[in-house]
Amino acid sequence: MPAGIRTSELRKVYNTAPPLAAGSGGAFSFAAKRGKGKQPKPEVVALNGMSLEVRSGEIFCLLGPNGAGKSTTVGILTTRVRPTSGQAWIGDHDVWKEQTAVKRLIGVVAQRPNLDFSLTAREILIFHGAYFGLSSQERSSRSASLLERFKLTDRADQLVRGFSGGMMQRLSIARAMMHDPQVLFLDEPSSGLDPQTRLLLWEIIREYNQSGKTVLLTTHNMEEADALCQRLAIVDHGKIIALGTPQELKSSVPGGYLLRLRFGQQSTELLQRMQALAGVREVRATENNGMDVYADRGGPLIGEIANLALAASVELCDVHISEPSLENLFLHHTGRSLRE
Amino acid sequence: MNLKAFLAMLARDARVARRNIVAILFQTFLQPLMFVIIFGRVMVGSGYMPANYKSLLLPGIMALCMVGTGIWAVAMPLIGEFQFTREIEDRLLAPMDISWVAIEKVVAGTLQALVAGLMVIPAAWLLLRPGVDLTLHRPVLFAAVAFLVALFSACGGLALGCSIEQTHIGLMFSLVVAPMIFFGCTYYPWSALDKFPIMQKAVLVNPLVYASEGLRATLVPQFPHLSLLAVFVALVGFNALLLFVGLRQFQKKSVS
Repeated sequence: MPAGIRTSELRKVYNTAPPLAAGSGGAFSFAAKRGKGKQPKPEVVALNGMSLEVRSGEIFCLLGPNGAGKSTTVGILTTRVRPTSGQAWIGDHDVWKEQTAVKRLIGVVAQRPNLDFSLTAREILIFHGAYFGLSSQERSSRSASLLERFKLTDRADQLVRGFSGGMMQRLSIARAMMHDPQVLFLDEPSSGLDPQTRLLLWEIIREYNQSGKTVLLTTHNMEEADALCQRLAIVDHGKIIALGTPQELKSSVPGGYLLRLRFGQQSTELLQRMQALAGVREVRATENNGMDVYADRGGPLIGEIANLALAASVELCDVHISEPSLENLFLHHTGRSLRE
Repeated sequence: MNLKAFLAMLARDARVARRNIVAILFQTFLQPLMFVIIFGRVMVGSGYMPANYKSLLLPGIMALCMVGTGIWAVAMPLIGEFQFTREIEDRLLAPMDISWVAIEKVVAGTLQALVAGLMVIPAAWLLLRPGVDLTLHRPVLFAAVAFLVALFSACGGLALGCSIEQTHIGLMFSLVVAPMIFFGCTYYPWSALDKFPIMQKAVLVNPLVYASEGLRATLVPQFPHLSLLAVFVALVGFNALLLFVGLRQFQKKSVS
């Protein structure tokens, strides 16, 4: 039965650095909590009221920089992280209260490969199938076809200890698909993969989704989110700051184009004049004498901007033009680049 | 409880043990057998120890071997699997309560400890004969003690393995395992401490004392030993405590 995902006001506060189960995320906001005569314990607010709904049969993406709370969200949804408050459901099952039922529905690919180093690639798939009660025949046929699909057949009977990072990642994904889960979680699945393998992975994810399965993936790669997801949420500081289809979100950026400019000095007069240019929707002063100009065109504006700078006796030092993209959207909402 | 998943995990552990059988055999038997050779053959043969010391030594060696095996079989994989690679994650995501993953480790460790204990008896007997005077006229009691000792080793392994970081493994052996062995009445009976009354009372907090004395009571009852009632009460108590602590620590390590 197809299953969707729902969370309501999820909040997660770590008293120590987030453990590996939650990925490397969360380290962005420290607040001192006073103990009795002890050193104040740092608190890390990883999720701060995350509510989202992923429809069944959809590829949904959580996009955000490192530490935004993506991995913690996946950790809670996959029973590996206890929420401080709030609730989460997979299908009709409360994730925290009905863990076993939830675990039957989900397949999980962690951010870091967590393969069983004492087993061979084939054994990893076969034992995983056995944990989920697959028959011996199903285990053997499914493992063979997944090894083939992920191009691992020639190394199938070797211990995974000697595998490259990319091979481990492929095997992790194959393992998550082994019991044919209704909901597949992929936490930064393409990090560390070469472009060719990334394309193979995208193809496999699309195929899996076409068979009616729900896929939730996290990434900080906009290209991946853009290419793969039907809907996505942009996450920052443990909250969703924008939600929609890639197209909707991109078109929500004023004008669509972003011109990142840097001048010899900051000039309010210049800023005001630029705002008056045709096609310019919004101008924001940024650090280091910079200005972000949101406009409905890119290159054609440069001549006019250069003329304005010349007239104001301000040197134009640097120009960067971005076409409509999710990166622009993230910048527009947070003032920061996804890569920062 | 999901029996299929539980049995699959046991099968996984059996597969790994079979793959590492040579290392496991050395790890399990080398040290106890060296003790048997030095204390049982050399010391007795050269006249530094009385001849009946061989019989006194064997149950202690069996306890040592079982406890060492169980702790090693449970604690070491757990310490490794909870570290950076998080190898245990796949089993934690199996469709059953995560406590059963820990209980499976305890069952696997108990079985390994039992096999090790039962294998060390004939091996030591072969090395020490003639002059080993073992009697097994209370086999049910012996089996019960052996089971409780094996269970203690596995529960201890769970508690230790979930409480100790990889960088502290050396410390675990020097601070926990080594004192437990030396003050565990493995090479001497508890009654030998009569002349050291403080130590004699202090060692009663060491579960290995009850393991050694329990096996002594059921294998070589001709030597002085603690009462079997005390042995059963203490071993059941320690097992319950260690299992409780181990499961709690396992939960803490598994869910953040």
